[in-house]
Amino acid sequence: MNIDAIRNGIVIDHIKAGDGMRIYNFLNLGALDCSVALIKNASSTKAGKKDIIKVDRVPDIDLNALGFIDPNITINIIRDSVRVEKYHPELPMKMTNILICKNPRCITTTEQELPHVFVLTDREKHEYRCVYCESRAPAL
Amino acid sequence: MKSLISIMDLDERDINALMDTADDIVARPGAYAHKMAGKKLASLFFEPSTRTRLSFEAAMYELGGNVIGFSEAQSSSAAKGESVADTVKTVSCYADIIAMRHPKEGAPLVASQSATVPVINAGDGGHNHPTQTLADLFTIRREKGRVSGLTVGVCGDLKFGRTVHSLLEALSRYEGNRFVMVSPEELKVPSYVKQHLKNNHVPYTQTTDLSQALPELDVLYMTRVQKERFFNEADYIRLKDSYVLTPQKLEGAKGDLIIMHPLPRVNEISVAIDQDPRACYFKQVLNGKYMRMALILMMLEGEK
Ligand SMILES: [Zn+2]
Repeated sequence: MNIDAIRNGIVIDHIKAGDGMRIYNFLNLGALDCSVALIKNASSTKAGKKDIIKVDRVPDIDLNALGFIDPNITINIIRDSVRVEKYHPELPMKMTNILICKNPRCITTTEQELPHVFVLTDREKHEYRCVYCESRAPAL
Repeated sequence: MKSLISIMDLDERDINALMDTADDIVARPGAYAHKMAGKKLASLFFEPSTRTRLSFEAAMYELGGNVIGFSEAQSSSAAKGESVADTVKTVSCYADIIAMRHPKEGAPLVASQSATVPVINAGDGGHNHPTQTLADLFTIRREKGRVSGLTVGVCGDLKFGRTVHSLLEALSRYEGNRFVMVSPEELKVPSYVKQHLKNNHVPYTQTTDLSQALPELDVLYMTRVQKERFFNEADYIRLKDSYVLTPQKLEGAKGDLIIMHPLPRVNEISVAIDQDPRACYFKQVLNGKYMRMALILMMLEGEK
């Protein structure tokens, strides 16, 4: 497969084989009305197998949040059928309403309208903590 | 300074300045008796903590200020389901500064984001309790003349005791301190705290034997070993007496050791030790009030 099929959109490449659906759900791609392709177990020179997602639109979401799931994935931005940008998602410093705090003693459990905010506390370990209770972020 | 949520909000300079002010309050209480005249402290205690509440209220009164507030959630609008944000927006209209105790972790941070006056965290669940740490540091400095170059033993529940973690974090910013951590295997200091010490090159040792650790200590900080932290009763009964400080155990200790405890104590320090000049836990209570006075002053006078 190639990226020519997409005119304006994104290709999320080098997703660890098997993680494609997780990222599909995380980005809520099922809700989009444009064409979306999830390719599973594509052959990869690097890792043997990989998943790829193609979206025929640039979704309005901070794609760097994907860095929390897997910093090895590649994001390609396509405009007028040309790849204009290619990058690995950076670990975001802060994520709002992407992760939910699971600590039963956290203020977010009683104050429903509070945003769930996690901040990066250890870049090497990919560790995020809740700004309110400092609990470690749950896995996605 | 806008609000005090965690001890990490204060740098070494702030802490030293607070201790200097507190020293001066001890020396010249009269000079401070009217400093906060016309000002109000709102003491918002969403869960009861008589000890901490009285300390804040006494601090404000001794500065010539006044106190409004509530001592438990039942008598507040929280009982009607009002959010922390709305409560503190309302209270900000009446008070100049807020001291807040809440059972949920992070509630004072939420309060500080909505209040238009400074918020002091007076304890949020088992999470942060910065004014306890300030009382502890000030007590060490009053008694030892310094908060650096000390061998500090912490004993008891080192796993869940946030008071201890916060004290270790604060003391590790000062040079030459060394920690001896005494606890049962089940209640050892969590790895993230040890990592923090390693990152800051602070030497520490771990042991299960209090008597053996005692002779080298300049400071001994005792905490409660709670029954509910153990998986079974047998382990608790087997271990509990090992972490009780008795006159016998103190025999090998230094003459200028200071013995601290955040209180309330249950039985981890035998009452016989109260008469020992090395016992400092009631001084800690008094020092806590002086540090809260210094803090209120810094937060309200610093604004000008
Ligand atoms: Zn939380």
